[in-house]
Amino acid sequence: MSLRELSYLTLPRLVLIVGILILPLVMPSMYWQRVISIVCIYSLLALSFDFLAHFVGLVSLGGAFFIGTGGYLAAILNTSFGLPPVLTIPISTLLGAVICTVLLLPCLPLRGVYFAIVTLMYPLVLTRIIEALNVLGGTDGIMGVASFANRWIEQYFVLVMVLVSMFGLRRLVNLDIGLVFRAVKDNDQAVKASGMNITYYKAIAVFIASALGCLGGACLVHIYMWSGISQFALDFSILPIAATVIGGAGTLVGPVLGCFILVPISELLRAFGTLRIVFYCLILVGFIVFRSEGIMVYGQRKYHQFERWVEI
Amino acid sequence: MSNQSILQVQDATKSFGGIMAVNRVSLDVHAGEILGIIGPNGSGKTTLINCVTGFIRMTSGTVLFRGRNITGKPAHKIADMGITRTFQIMRPYYSLPSYKNLVIPLFSPRAKRTGGWRGGGKLGDRNTVGIDILEEIGFERDSFVPYKIASTLPTGYLKRLELARCLALKPEIIFCDEVFSGLSMSEIASMIPLIERLQMDGITLIMIEHRLRELFRVANRVMVLNFGEKVVEGSPEEVMADDKVKEVYFGSEEVEEVMSHA
Repeated sequence: MSLRELSYLTLPRLVLIVGILILPLVMPSMYWQRVISIVCIYSLLALSFDFLAHFVGLVSLGGAFFIGTGGYLAAILNTSFGLPPVLTIPISTLLGAVICTVLLLPCLPLRGVYFAIVTLMYPLVLTRIIEALNVLGGTDGIMGVASFANRWIEQYFVLVMVLVSMFGLRRLVNLDIGLVFRAVKDNDQAVKASGMNITYYKAIAVFIASALGCLGGACLVHIYMWSGISQFALDFSILPIAATVIGGAGTLVGPVLGCFILVPISELLRAFGTLRIVFYCLILVGFIVFRSEGIMVYGQRKYHQFERWVEI
Repeated sequence: MSNQSILQVQDATKSFGGIMAVNRVSLDVHAGEILGIIGPNGSGKTTLINCVTGFIRMTSGTVLFRGRNITGKPAHKIADMGITRTFQIMRPYYSLPSYKNLVIPLFSPRAKRTGGWRGGGKLGDRNTVGIDILEEIGFERDSFVPYKIASTLPTGYLKRLELARCLALKPEIIFCDEVFSGLSMSEIASMIPLIERLQMDGITLIMIEHRLRELFRVANRVMVLNFGEKVVEGSPEEVMADDKVKEVYFGSEEVEEVMSHA
């Protein structure tokens, strides 16, 4: 393998990894570093959406559900049990994923739109429950959650988590069990005819996806040092989908890039005040009309054309 | 082939609303035989398969596999026991290459238990085993065919892929739902030895077919369904000679006489 071929294969990955890792260094202002952290939270959600929708065939609107579950768990573990973030984040990731999977289990044997509806319903229901019963801090939320040791640890923890999840998921979907997930999306009847319980595999996939979301939620709570019902906000369900559309569905890298584009744009547009949403929508519509396949799908195709390109 | 019964269906009934799709059909499949099921369109052949393999729930009736009651078990449990089926409308995983299509059945609990293809000890790399199975079933190993995305395969290969998915599970029974239909004469000619070889390997086959000439060549017994009811059952020669079968397929002579006078 020549150096040229080697660089052809590794260069895009290296650019991405190095680019993401030096991002906090080139943006030293507190404000933009906070934006980067939020971008990473959204990236985790976008990865979870892309994995469920394009590799398992479950359209999930549950970003808010996952964030809320993971966030509240981390807040409770931290404030009531006094656990440090080193413990609350892994515990709430796993425990949150178990809770989400169990709650979503009833609609997994069904095909069609039911999964999307149920995942959309849970955050709404949980918000009302917290409001009405005034549990878990009620409308005030849970305050006084410990923060990360310093902002560099915060930055690099979420960035590395995004990279690990992205490459991990990409590895997973090409393993044998990943092929089973993709088969469930392609043709669940044939998977059944192969003697496999599709509900079981869907549950595993939902566990993985909700673990990503809960991880994001737990990080978010420790970044804001607060958890409240705004963590069940619909933004967490909708923005990852928009990012997936822009970045390229089914590429796993695309949704992350989509988040790295969309979230900062929405921050920059704050200068326009309330007109922000209008410009935001215009950018989205522009992408959908002119590059509906997504940046990554388009980019990959163009990049692979280089291989055919020979100097004469 | 022995006369030992491997699968018994007793009074299988399935009604969709008021329509009796399958009406009190009983059936006794002997181990190692090829049983043909024929009948005009809409006579309930595929519904019968769906009932037996657990893809739809029977209204009433029982299914016994080796004397064990498997009525109402979910489809994946039935497939796990070795009762596999192909689909009339092929259901490959269109986005995966052909050999990756077989990784999925090879990943199933049954394939892990039975230890891979041809009982050769431990299950090897699933991709390799998949390509081996595809070669058995008529995908040329040296060509590009096993590596092509399933959505680009022609019908003949898709039908073979359906059979390959069953074989990956090391089945005891395969329900073949119209594996010959949609194929050219030469493709069918190359499928028939394959079916015969499966029978020699000790697999029991139940074949739904519309291609009667080819079916009668391989089948040991044939059952005729019409309007969800069993009309006749017997050896291919008996069935071919039966008046009731002619009536099912060509309409009764009285009707024809009436028509000719009209």
